[in-house]
Amino acid sequence: MSDTPVQTSATVLTVRQVQDYHAMTLVAPAIAERFRPGQFVAAAVGGAHTARLVRRCFGVHEVKSDYGGTVEVVFADTEPGTGWLAGLRSRDQLDLVGPLGRPFRLPRDPVGCVLTGGGPGAASLFALADTLLRRGCKVHFVLAGPSARQVFGSRMAQRVGDTAAIVTEDGSVGEEGTLDDVLPRVLQETGADVVYGCGPTDLLRTITQIAGELGLPSQVSVEEFLQRTGACGTGLCMTCMLPVHGEDGVTRMVRACADGPVLRGDRVRWSDLGTIPFDALGAPRVLSVTEGGSR
Amino acid sequence: MSDRVRTALGPLELPSPVLTAAGCGGTGRELAPFFDLGRLGAFTTTSVTAQPRAGRPTPRVAETPSGLLTAMGMPGPGIETFLERDLPWLVEQDVRTIVSLAGHSVEEFAELAHRLRGVPGVAAVEVNVACPNVADRGRMFARHPAAAAAAIRAVRDGTRPGTPVLAKLAPDATDIVTIALACVDAGADGLTLINTMEGMAIDTGTLRPALTGVSGGLSGPALRPVAVRCVYQVHAALPHTPIIGTGGVATGLDALELILAGASAVAVGTALFHDPLAVPRVLRELEEALAARRIERLADAVGLAHRPAGFVPPQVRPHEPEKERTP
Ligand SMILES: Cc1cc2nc3c(=O)[nH]c(=O)nc-3n(C[C@H](O)[C@H](O)[C@H](O)COP(=O)(O)O)c2cc1C
Repeated sequence: MSDTPVQTSATVLTVRQVQDYHAMTLVAPAIAERFRPGQFVAAAVGGAHTARLVRRCFGVHEVKSDYGGTVEVVFADTEPGTGWLAGLRSRDQLDLVGPLGRPFRLPRDPVGCVLTGGGPGAASLFALADTLLRRGCKVHFVLAGPSARQVFGSRMAQRVGDTAAIVTEDGSVGEEGTLDDVLPRVLQETGADVVYGCGPTDLLRTITQIAGELGLPSQVSVEEFLQRTGACGTGLCMTCMLPVHGEDGVTRMVRACADGPVLRGDRVRWSDLGTIPFDALGAPRVLSVTEGGSR
Repeated sequence: MSDRVRTALGPLELPSPVLTAAGCGGTGRELAPFFDLGRLGAFTTTSVTAQPRAGRPTPRVAETPSGLLTAMGMPGPGIETFLERDLPWLVEQDVRTIVSLAGHSVEEFAELAHRLRGVPGVAAVEVNVACPNVADRGRMFARHPAAAAAAIRAVRDGTRPGTPVLAKLAPDATDIVTIALACVDAGADGLTLINTMEGMAIDTGTLRPALTGVSGGLSGPALRPVAVRCVYQVHAALPHTPIIGTGGVATGLDALELILAGASAVAVGTALFHDPLAVPRVLRELEEALAARRIERLADAVGLAHRPAGFVPPQVRPHEPEKERTP
């Protein structure tokens, strides 16, 4: 076992539609054996003669030992690249690089953990739950989304979690409301020690804020930001940058892929995503149209 | 690596002609898990600036047909951190390193060369003249022969005589040959052709430019014909100046195309984002392609496309279809 990523030609085992998303299981032993929860894989889309050069990054829902090792990813079909992926069938080959990025940090002791998220990103929480449960931790799920079709894994959460709360804006599954209505209560009721999050960026911001108000540490995966901004997944291209302040108080632009995707929630400058904060290291000192050039 | 692929950029001998392109190989550490960096002809660093630079806000990249548009804003740690943290790591790994420099004025180029002078582990210095010149209302050095030449002269003067200085040119010039001649006159020992070409994409969902930088640099296979043209034209005018061909190299045959146009080495950029193993693969495919053509030494292939039409080259044996992999 090694913690370095590999590039491999994975074989598609199954592709299933799950609510609004697609769940794809791939035979990729070298990735499965190296994987740690929170890491992701980067898929090349479009086949051998593709004109699409950006790798699509997905968190891993679960790894299994079947067929020497499988990984399952969950994704939304939002653009031609993910559309191509959704069209793959059993026995097709997919060029995958992984596992990539920094995993969730795990508690040393068997503590209480709240795992919260929404959208296809919530899938990453299940691999984490598996590891936490095996370490004797308590796992409490809080899944949120606009409606039932955007909440991945609600039944699974009820099955594997010690508790599971579901909340949708339209009440089509679980309680009617938003994460703000439910997360503080769950944190208090369960006496959780740590909060883990994965899902849409706005949700991560809410998670961090609520955890912070209760003095709890949060670890969140900025997978969705990476999907929107990144091109390689391997830390080369420097396009998935977000502002994070360090222990020394200095804000730096860091890569969502290689410095994340799991980050301490309280370190991310959520309101400044998509900007270079004026006090960030290396921020332009004067605003000008020509500043920077294109290269 | 076989002798077939050995090459040289003037005095700089390289066991392999396949390099990483500036700004596309990270710090080297990101590629190291995938292949032995010793197999690189050379590693070209991201352009190093005088001060740390955060670069542009996201989105910095847009996917276009067979290409990428990027507007990075020259992000980097600045030369001080580069010299403390990044270069020593490359030296430790025994990676031949070409250090790319980016200045926003001639003085800044001079200062950067001065800081680099005598630092161990610098195989060559590449001057990225696709930078906005603050003294010229932000117009790129690369667009004006005199401005490009001034930047090259500043770096050449500040660099040890034994260390080659390469001018990295952008295709967005009225006549790239004029720029190349000016750079060679100013002391450039070699040329890296080409940097990205300015392009633009508009997001039809948001109805706004796709990049925060509005326009960006086009790279990847979409750029390759432009690179081939630039290398061909410049090699015709300067047959004795070594050229690193850059632009859309994703396969061994792509590399061969640039070599036939006149490049003595090639650098792989965007393809690394899609395939972290692109460099060893391109090298293997290039070796096979040379062997299939019975070209014993890479040097024999450099500029071969300039031969007159009547010349009968060694033919590829017809029953061995070549694997092609053109993104
Ligand atoms: C994300 C990105 C960053 C780049 N950074 C630099 C740089 O720092 N300095 C430079 O001279 N060229 C830079 N380039 C240009 C490349 O080195 C190369 O010239 C160009 O992309 C064409 O080659 P390619 O099609 O193989 O990518 C960059 C290109 C990209 C896509």
